[in-house]
Amino acid sequence: MELTLVWFILIAILWTGYLVLEGFDFGVAMLLEKVGKGDKGRRVALNTIGPVWDGNEVWLLTAGGATFAAFPEWYATLFSGFYLPLLLILVALIVRACAIEWRGKINNDVWRQRWDWVIMGSAWIPSILWGVAFANIVRGVPIDESFTYTGSFWTLLNPYALLGGATTLALFLSHGAIFLSLKTSGEVHERARAVAKTMAPIALVIAAVFAIWTQIAYSVAWTWAAVAVAAVALVLTWVWGNAGSYGKAFAANAVAIVGAVVLIFGSLYPDVMPSTTDPAFSLTVDNASSTDYTLTVMTWVAVIFVPIVLLYQGWSYWVFRRRLSTDHIPEHGGLPTLRMPKKVSQ
Amino acid sequence: MDVLDLARWQFGITTVYHFVLVPLTIGLSTLVAIMQTAWNVTGKEKYYRLTKFYGKLLLINFALGIATGIVQEFQFGMNWSEYSRFVGDVFGAPLAMEALAAFFLESTFLGLWIFGWDRLPRKIHLMTVWAFAIGSLLSAYFIIAANSWMQHPVGAEYNPETGRAEMTDIWAVLTNNTTLVAFPHVIATAFLVAGTFVAGIAVWWMVRHSRQDKDHADVPMYRTAARFGAVVMLISGAAVIITGDEQAKLMFEQQPIKMAAAEALIETPDGPAPFSLLSIGNPAGDDPDSVQHVIEIPGLTSFLATGDWNGEVLGVNDLQEIYAERYGATTPDGEEIEYRPNLLVTYWSFRLMIGLAAFSAALSVAILWFTRKGRAIDQPWMSKLALVSLPMPFLAASFGWIFTEMGRQPFVVAPNPTGSDQIMLMTMFGVSEATSVADVVISLTTFTVVYSVLGVFWFLLMKRYVNEGAPNPEPEEVSTDPDRPLSFAY
Repeated sequence: MELTLVWFILIAILWTGYLVLEGFDFGVAMLLEKVGKGDKGRRVALNTIGPVWDGNEVWLLTAGGATFAAFPEWYATLFSGFYLPLLLILVALIVRACAIEWRGKINNDVWRQRWDWVIMGSAWIPSILWGVAFANIVRGVPIDESFTYTGSFWTLLNPYALLGGATTLALFLSHGAIFLSLKTSGEVHERARAVAKTMAPIALVIAAVFAIWTQIAYSVAWTWAAVAVAAVALVLTWVWGNAGSYGKAFAANAVAIVGAVVLIFGSLYPDVMPSTTDPAFSLTVDNASSTDYTLTVMTWVAVIFVPIVLLYQGWSYWVFRRRLSTDHIPEHGGLPTLRMPKKVSQ
Repeated sequence: MDVLDLARWQFGITTVYHFVLVPLTIGLSTLVAIMQTAWNVTGKEKYYRLTKFYGKLLLINFALGIATGIVQEFQFGMNWSEYSRFVGDVFGAPLAMEALAAFFLESTFLGLWIFGWDRLPRKIHLMTVWAFAIGSLLSAYFIIAANSWMQHPVGAEYNPETGRAEMTDIWAVLTNNTTLVAFPHVIATAFLVAGTFVAGIAVWWMVRHSRQDKDHADVPMYRTAARFGAVVMLISGAAVIITGDEQAKLMFEQQPIKMAAAEALIETPDGPAPFSLLSIGNPAGDDPDSVQHVIEIPGLTSFLATGDWNGEVLGVNDLQEIYAERYGATTPDGEEIEYRPNLLVTYWSFRLMIGLAAFSAALSVAILWFTRKGRAIDQPWMSKLALVSLPMPFLAASFGWIFTEMGRQPFVVAPNPTGSDQIMLMTMFGVSEATSVADVVISLTTFTVVYSVLGVFWFLLMKRYVNEGAPNPEPEEVSTDPDRPLSFAY
């Protein structure tokens, strides 16, 4: 197999890892208030992702770094072109990390509530924008002969891309609700179950419209298989979710996300960023890639490290496998106020 | 301002901000791991309390460090896409390796450490904090390797067909002699920062307690932490000097104009080059001839650069001519290229780096002296010195980075004097073509505002938790009982 194809597939795998894992992180965060209803419930929800969210986010940094190393032209055109959406995503991820880590550091309702709003808001933004970004990549954007993006921010806000945003949003909400159903018990579990029940058919419909549009307008015949797998998976998510088999439902929803990535990357190949200006200006796996030497080096690195990462990340999920309920949430550990206590005379 | 200036400001602001936080994470993660190891080995409660105390400060700091690090990964593509196209084949590899080999390790094991106190057997739990610390050290290695390639490109050749630098030898990139001296220098600095942090806070607490009650139960604990921090400072301080000297010698060979600028050495001296302690004159660098040396140490620069008190060191004016001849006198637009970096910035950042780091050295010696033979510190002025010293190594590290990055200008990839002359890139040609002034203004403003707000919370939280002192909880019992409450929850 050509190394450029190997790396095209590897980048797709890294994005799959990111979307499957941070997909439920975002879903949980978006649903914080909805399933939590009050501080204790929100803490139950947040702590289901507590030990793992940070490791999940590294999949994004790896996908970014790997794109830089394997397809520098793609990295350069994509991130300089999709400038403002990426800025919004970055700001969301920045405030999110601080909000999660700091919300419990001060034992005060207002302090916690404000950071919780940040946690929720910073999950909604990337959940929509990743879909918008990927849909635009599939659809193609204006790119000139020097591989420079010539559109504007508004170019990216077309109906197809917005539908892409709605698709990731719905998938992540559903994903998060199922994850919460799987990882909690008690009232949070009940509320998460109800959300999962509603979201599964909505995600199925939106994703189906997006997939068919993609398939007809931009894709090739073989990706119908990915569409079919994703469709079956989403139906099963719904069925198993209703039957209370959340482990199976979660797996099925993850398969649907894999199907979506396969559809997106399958419809792109051999392009990585088609140009709507002139197909001759499209970035392809060949003209955007690094040299064979670099790709060979990076292949070895990936072959050695990806399995190791999967192993220890898998272990961390196993360590924190138990379900959480409000009974498991300890007293607040934070200090009473951010203000300094009255100075004790020395 | 044009896109270039704005993008440079943005890179400077976001990177300096990020790298104020990172040395503390790198150094403190290892120091906390050592504290926890001491607890595991001796079973003494004070080590457990210190682990918890400094561990909490580490986490508050880590959150903002990781958050601001995300920007670094994508900023090259956003503002510096032409740079990314030119270097991606080489430069992307260490970045991707950092994520795969180091960042995953760091982040995953941090989660296990924070939430795993009662879930994992003690030895396994101890391993998680070490994995976190090793991850952050490894992470630094790959980043320094990437940066060193910009200072001294090796293991690559220029492909005229694509107009890009292409990697020919990954091993050469990862064992670049610039990396091999820069990495120890950066790591030693990180330990100087963390040692000062641990010792400074411990001294402040020791004085506070001893002033109230000579036999306060916590005094011995803070004394241990202060001496531990002081020893770390002493060792890492020596390492900073030794590696800094090595690095300077190498830089005189690799980027002579940067080092000449650091010394405000305008004209090549007839004899040995002096080391300037104070120079005044035109700060902007457009009239180097107005620079006057007020106080200087004869021959020291020659010695630092060449190991010989009489060695010849070229001044920036002669180097400008040499660079112009070798790398071109004018841009494609016919403008004359200024190879002399900003003298004011390079000269003063170099001196501030050295001068501010000296604070820590003074503090460490004072701590070890005043705590000798079981003594505790109760002098209020020591408490003040400790607090004043806290930010100094942070600032010194920042000035060091400002020096090395600004001193490389006008290049973003500085040419390697013994390598290919084609592998170099002027900063002005690295900036994105797709990006407008409005784009960069928006992102520069956004990052500055967001970072400022988060910076305020970071400072208040750190200050508040330092002021609270070491907590006094019972060590967690390890249990797999599914009904037990979490030992820690957000």
